[in-house]
Amino acid sequence: MTETAVETGRYTHPVTVTVNGAARSAEIETRLLLVHFLRERLGLTGTHVGCDTTNCGACTVLVDGTPVKSCTMFAVQVDGSEVTTVEGLAPAGGLSPVQEGFHVEHGLQCGFCTPGMMVAATALLAENPDPSEDEIRWALSGNICRCTGYQNIVKAVQYAAAKGKEA
Amino acid sequence: MAATEEIRGVGHSVKRLEDARFIRGKGTYFDDITLPGMLHLEFMRSPFAHARITSIDTARAEAVDGVVAVVTGELLAQHNLAWMPTLSGDTQAVLATDKVRFQGQEVAAVIAESAYIAKDAVELIDVDYEPLEAITTPQRALEDGAPVIRDEKEGQADNHIYDWEAGDKETTDKAFAEADKVVELDTFYPRCHPAPLECCGCVADVNAATGKATIYMTSQAPHAHRTLFALVAGLPEHKIRIISPDLGGGFGNKVPIYPGYVVATAASLLIGRPVKWVEDRTGNLISTGFARDYHMHGELALKDGRITGLRVKMLSDNGAFFSDAQPTKCKAGLFHIVTGSYDIPAAHVVTEGAYTNKAPGGVAYRCSFRVTEASYLIERLVQTAAYEIGVDPVEFRKQNFIRPEQFPYKSATGFTYDSGDYAAAMDLALEKLGYEEMRREQEEARAEGKLIGIGVASFTEVVGAGHGADYDIAGLRMNDGAELRIHPTGKAVLKLSVKSQGQGHETTFAQIVAEELGLQPEDVEVQEGDTDNTPYGLGTYASRSTPVSGAATAMVSRRIRAKAQKIAAHLLEASEDDLEWEGGRFVVRGAPEKSKTIADVAFAAYTNVPEGMEGGLEGVYYYDPPNMTYPFGTYAVVVEIDRGTGVWKVRRCVAVDDCGVRINPMIVEGQIMGGLTEGFAIAAMELIDFDEDGNCIGANFVDYLIPTAWETPKFELGETVTPSPHHPLGAKGVGESATVGSPAAFVNAVVDALAHAGVRNLEMPVTSGKVWAALQEAGLAE
Amino acid sequence: MYPARFEYHAPASVDNALEILERYGDEAKVLAGGQSLIPLMKLRFASPRALVDINRIAGLDSIQEDDGFLSIGALVRHRDCERSEALQGRFGVLGDAAPQISDPIVRNRGTVVGSLAHADPQGDWGSALLAAGGQLEVVSSGGTRTIPLDELFQGPFTTSIQPNEIATAVQIPDPGARAGGTYLKLERKVGDYATVGVAVHLSFDNGTVGRAGIALTGVGPRNLRAETAEAALAGAELNDDTIKAAAELAAEAAQPRRDERGSADYKRSVVRVFTERGLRKVAETATA
Repeated sequence: MTETAVETGRYTHPVTVTVNGAARSAEIETRLLLVHFLRERLGLTGTHVGCDTTNCGACTVLVDGTPVKSCTMFAVQVDGSEVTTVEGLAPAGGLSPVQEGFHVEHGLQCGFCTPGMMVAATALLAENPDPSEDEIRWALSGNICRCTGYQNIVKAVQYAAAKGKEA
Repeated sequence: MAATEEIRGVGHSVKRLEDARFIRGKGTYFDDITLPGMLHLEFMRSPFAHARITSIDTARAEAVDGVVAVVTGELLAQHNLAWMPTLSGDTQAVLATDKVRFQGQEVAAVIAESAYIAKDAVELIDVDYEPLEAITTPQRALEDGAPVIRDEKEGQADNHIYDWEAGDKETTDKAFAEADKVVELDTFYPRCHPAPLECCGCVADVNAATGKATIYMTSQAPHAHRTLFALVAGLPEHKIRIISPDLGGGFGNKVPIYPGYVVATAASLLIGRPVKWVEDRTGNLISTGFARDYHMHGELALKDGRITGLRVKMLSDNGAFFSDAQPTKCKAGLFHIVTGSYDIPAAHVVTEGAYTNKAPGGVAYRCSFRVTEASYLIERLVQTAAYEIGVDPVEFRKQNFIRPEQFPYKSATGFTYDSGDYAAAMDLALEKLGYEEMRREQEEARAEGKLIGIGVASFTEVVGAGHGADYDIAGLRMNDGAELRIHPTGKAVLKLSVKSQGQGHETTFAQIVAEELGLQPEDVEVQEGDTDNTPYGLGTYASRSTPVSGAATAMVSRRIRAKAQKIAAHLLEASEDDLEWEGGRFVVRGAPEKSKTIADVAFAAYTNVPEGMEGGLEGVYYYDPPNMTYPFGTYAVVVEIDRGTGVWKVRRCVAVDDCGVRINPMIVEGQIMGGLTEGFAIAAMELIDFDEDGNCIGANFVDYLIPTAWETPKFELGETVTPSPHHPLGAKGVGESATVGSPAAFVNAVVDALAHAGVRNLEMPVTSGKVWAALQEAGLAE
Repeated sequence: MYPARFEYHAPASVDNALEILERYGDEAKVLAGGQSLIPLMKLRFASPRALVDINRIAGLDSIQEDDGFLSIGALVRHRDCERSEALQGRFGVLGDAAPQISDPIVRNRGTVVGSLAHADPQGDWGSALLAAGGQLEVVSSGGTRTIPLDELFQGPFTTSIQPNEIATAVQIPDPGARAGGTYLKLERKVGDYATVGVAVHLSFDNGTVGRAGIALTGVGPRNLRAETAEAALAGAELNDDTIKAAAELAAEAAQPRRDERGSADYKRSVVRVFTERGLRKVAETATA
């Protein structure tokens, strides 16, 4: 993105971002949070809002491969970046090992934390393909779940790690 | 068709059918719904806990570009909507009119083209308040001369809400008079909050042309809500359709009717466009149905080492409006289950409720109607008694357990426990833990200056409300239903009156049909939540889905099977009496090659019924439970305390549950682990607190602490199975067992680490600071 | 949950950023990680007229040692510090603080320099950098200056950084060949602020302590240096007695207040315990 016009203060801004592999462009308010941009402008409602103080992680997405809390970024900040949401974790019609793991190991109940949790887990395995249980719990300590008690989420990630080793 | 494929019915850990949409991010929660022309609602909330409203000026807010309406209590009052009835026979403000009565109470609402704009306008509403004394404890509320919070209620001269008693005073007094030891405990179960990850909200769409209101809302009880909406809003019931879509958790938080639903619906009606209300986390924690807040005093009478009597006095802090959803005959829910797992011949429970300047509620957060509070009290009392008389806490429990031969057991407060084997669950828990070895390790550790504690809790739950004559909410009997239709090609649709918020109904209830009719679970679609499309019922909370709708599902399946048998006989040209139901098919006795599946029968139901028989293959069943069910278990926890910081860590957490027959063991274990985590969190860190001005501390996730994967212990699960004798499947329900039983186990463990130094009690949340203070006093601090 | 409107700029150079800041007087805020600023804006506790997003500016994201200083640039994220070998060993006070900041996802965006500029009185980095004797490099159209950490924090969320200045790096002086430190944080759960935090950073001269840095989080109106404890260790041998004595002095230096995280006595006691534990750890690892 080129430098904004210094002479005017703008309340709106163009943004061009690749989301789940597809280029998306829009003119948006600068104050629009990334999570609202994804959910409401792009209709990608898999990413959720669970709090208002950046604690719960339900809104976690990947920005250039790194997990971020999309409620604590402005959409304009991802201009020129690549964003991956839960909808983009696997090619159409397929499931990633993480998604499969969550299903096989009963790592979800209400499903509300699940997208953010799976995104964080995906990033963990990309950086550390064979994590210990402690490393898994540590890496997911920015994502809150109220339903599962985390034990099966750990198993889900271990399942995905094992699958990754087979591959 | 695979004839020999095993039917994955009851007892199978079928992977969840509902997962498919959630793992793809394709769930439909209410905030995922967008309707054409939809507007957004944001509330203005009171900064004061108790204040008179002297003026509200909405002019600046109305002038904001994109604002369509600003709603105040005064405007609602013109439509008789400023106050609404609660599920406990009280009234509750929708938008404040005369006074605000708790910090965070809704004062005005902005309806605008976007939530961002609505929030801009909320900032421009000018309200003048005249602060009054904020009453932050029920003790202050009941003092002579305390300001009356509900001064708008005719005849309300103080802050007293109810008195309610159970058991028998005379026999209990006698037991205490004859006791050789009396053990007392004063304890407070603090205010906490179910805090499901998805907050509350709705999309209200009142169609002016058809007069039909379609309300997508976060509701655990859509039918009850629809009836109440009809009564409150004056809309005809058949013109209201409530659709509870995917819910991101509930835990009782989505049972009450909140002002947001009412204002959004009224706004949609008046404006003629859909209105969406999305609650934020602050709104959720500061104003919606909290849990617990019970001040409890318990006394055990002991004679020759046995418990002979129990006395309980309880004072309940209900907030500014009495809005609990609980059986109307019980002002304190099922708190009188407080005799717990013990054979106590005499008990007397006296309860009182008071108003305070806090959010309304109390019955929530997997409490089974106040069973969490009762279980906590008795398990802490029993633990204390064991220390006082010098008996091992496990032995003391076993000496006083209700014995298997005593079931069905009539308790001193009027419950009839259906079945149980408490010692068996206890023994299994101890075996898994290695209790004797742990006690040895504890002693050795103590010699080295290390503090290890072992805590046990043996709970008995009461769930499955309930028998119609005894259990109703706002007059509506707590009978739930199931409607089942088998399609010509042998697939089925099952419609339920209950509503999952993550409990896995789409799988477990399909498994019940599978068990009864020989279909595979994938062949049964389960539908819930749409009042236009499901049978009537009171919904999912208090662990009642399996006991009530689960029973209904079994019963309607059996009705269908009975009709199917007739059709099968017709197809097989045999007599009905010559048919046996085996492995999912009707088989002619003695001629196993002559058989028909339900699928065969279903096709015939639409193409080839016996002459004179009504076609189709479906039914509906409303189940009136003959009794409650009584899940139970023993939890055993080992903790280690850091003497320098007071921090306690869980080394082991063993949980043995008995919920009768387990329909899907994997899902049951998931429920238990979730409940153990919440129980741990309540014991360790969750707290909604108030300062002396009534400011709420705990209204966001910075202050209201929910454990992450890092703090949460690992769980070792075990089971015993003692079926319910009166439930068609022998199942009891399990959703809340772990939240009921585990807080005492954790607290007992921490106390146990310090009991040798005379420590008897620590109050929840058991923070590291409280432990440190106890260490200091006991001379054990580093 | 919904911030107020603001004007947004994303300059590609520091000079450009400074130019923009000048025009807004004190009505603009610098946006780096945003993990402290954006939450405030969402709750409307902060509603700046403009944001100057510096994330596009090159050259601000390195950790490097040169000229007698370890320099951490303005766009170095907490997560980079967590993974940096340069922050282990002699700079262990920083390496041990990094993983305890907030939670792992927030650490992916939040920055060290941003935390210092934000000056949350309960911030962890403040103590770690105070103990390490750090200084903040700030630039303006008038040039570059450094602000010692001791002079940076003026009060809660208030620093001596001027509205027309941008903090570009934090610099930590080389503690010498033999040095070590650590940061202990008592938190109720991951992501919480410190109930008590203690940073220790020691340089050694032969067998004795050269410079000692001990700073405290959560037990005062801002991050505090335990100066008498530091003085007691300077020039002394690090042994059981001196460690215990220093820990007592550090506890005395604390100014804790009772709140949801605990009583004043409790916090003071944890200061003592943590100072002792931190010094023992340094004694074991740095002098090995």
